[in-house]
Amino acid sequence: MRKVSLPLWLLAGFLYVFMYAPIVVVIVFSFNAAKHGGPWTGFTTEWYAKLLDSPDKLKATENTAILAFASTILATVLGTMLGYGLSRYWFPGKKLFSLMMYIPVVIPDIVMAVAMLSFYALVRDWLGLFELGMTTMIIAHITFQIPFVAIVVRSRLAGMDPAIEEAAHDLGASSWQTFWNVTFPLMLPGVLAGAMLAFTLSLDDFVVSFFTTGPGATTLPILIYSSVKRGITPDINALSTLIVLASVIGTIGVTLLQRPAKHSGG
Amino acid sequence: MKSSRPGEVRFGEQLSARGQLYRSATTSGPSIVWVTIFLLLPLVGIGVISFLSRGESGGYELPFTFTNYTRFAGWGFFGYDILYPQIILRSIVLGTGTAALCTLAALPLAFFIAALPGRYKNLALTLVLIPFWTNLLIRTYAWQILLAPESPITWVATKLHLIAADAPLYPSEFAIYIGMVCDYLPFLVLPLYSSVEKIDWSIAEAASDLGADGKRVFWHAILPQVMPGLVAGVILVLIPAMGQFVIPDLLGGAKTVMLGNAIQQQFGPSRDWPFGSAIAFLGMAVVLVSLWFYARYAGEKGGDIL
Repeated sequence: MRKVSLPLWLLAGFLYVFMYAPIVVVIVFSFNAAKHGGPWTGFTTEWYAKLLDSPDKLKATENTAILAFASTILATVLGTMLGYGLSRYWFPGKKLFSLMMYIPVVIPDIVMAVAMLSFYALVRDWLGLFELGMTTMIIAHITFQIPFVAIVVRSRLAGMDPAIEEAAHDLGASSWQTFWNVTFPLMLPGVLAGAMLAFTLSLDDFVVSFFTTGPGATTLPILIYSSVKRGITPDINALSTLIVLASVIGTIGVTLLQRPAKHSGG
Repeated sequence: MKSSRPGEVRFGEQLSARGQLYRSATTSGPSIVWVTIFLLLPLVGIGVISFLSRGESGGYELPFTFTNYTRFAGWGFFGYDILYPQIILRSIVLGTGTAALCTLAALPLAFFIAALPGRYKNLALTLVLIPFWTNLLIRTYAWQILLAPESPITWVATKLHLIAADAPLYPSEFAIYIGMVCDYLPFLVLPLYSSVEKIDWSIAEAASDLGADGKRVFWHAILPQVMPGLVAGVILVLIPAMGQFVIPDLLGGAKTVMLGNAIQQQFGPSRDWPFGSAIAFLGMAVVLVSLWFYARYAGEKGGDIL
């Protein structure tokens, strides 16, 4: 019925080129032999080899991985419980609370970042807790991940037929049995999708990490930012290429994972 | 997505009000406590700090004062200064400008993807998802390379007399817009596409059969149907775009300060937390109030808020 006209093809093509130009240029320049960036002088894989004997880059990779895994695991547990609780049980003031839970999703991340920074500073002055570093960064990431996990889990639960759980009850299963044998397996794809989302948000985050980190707890985005501020170097392009590669694999993986499911919820 | 009220039978079991409360506390409770302690209270905290004075060596101290807000509105130590009102205006223009440009680009792209046959559709959609999931910092700094004086883009722009021979494409306000639109385009395409997919084309056909020309069909029969996705996408772009500090920082040079940069500066080098808090708190208040209005609008239209 609808046909794609030639001008639309060209426009769409141009927009894809526009979206991919920065990604492609980073990949291409990571193989550029020129020492200080600049025009193309020849092909090399030297910068990738250099990454391996750069302790600060390896340390940043390690920190990023610890941060992403630790925060995602905790946020997935908390966010799943929240999503389940909000979709199933009532409590006074629930409407207001569920709206407030969405605040981390909607406010600009810099506002969230400085609020957390001030909070950590205050607690540190009074109690001596929360020296800025990995712990404060993990807490901050969990805080903005929880609502995203909850949203995905809730939308998965909303698409479920209540009759299935009713049937389990009618057949004599306890609430606990119903949850673990019926509800949980059905909501699992939503939980996994929520976890993937949380993980990616953590990997991508720069602003919140930048404000809540401390000495020795540099992550890859922070490392890239501070390097780029001093001038783009080829090894940063190599590092970025590897990160881009990870995102591409991740995106395609999730797309393929979600395909068989009819209601993937995300 | 309504949960059961006390005494109502849903999901196969009957729970009293106390039972519901107990279950809520054990499921939603931990997250509510967590987010309250680590985000909601800190947000109230910067609200309080914004009314305090700057401490001797950074930090904050009594007495309470309104100077942070009056300074933001332009009344500084040395009489009226247009600096901060200018920053506010520039950020609003940048946010709305980015959202407008993204809308112009996302509309044809969303219709293009929706019109493709099945297999290519998935491919085209995945191709939008990849930049969406790729680190924003990387996609931003790459424009420094693309817009550098020796890049082909600069060469073409000079040859076409779009820019003067020695005028740089970066750092500039132009570079900020390029980076912004490139970074946020996927955020608008994805929700818009999900609306375009649901379009009832028979309405457009009916309008056309009744004699409406292409323009009128688009404005009156198609656009209203994609409005929910468009509005959701614009919000997804507008809020982070107005608070952005990385993109202006990396592509705009030191001269083009936005609200995000101003907050960063006060919490970073300037060490004036009360003033930084005032900017951040005001920004948050504006966002939440506008979203509240949007939620009411979406509620009237029968849509879900999120």
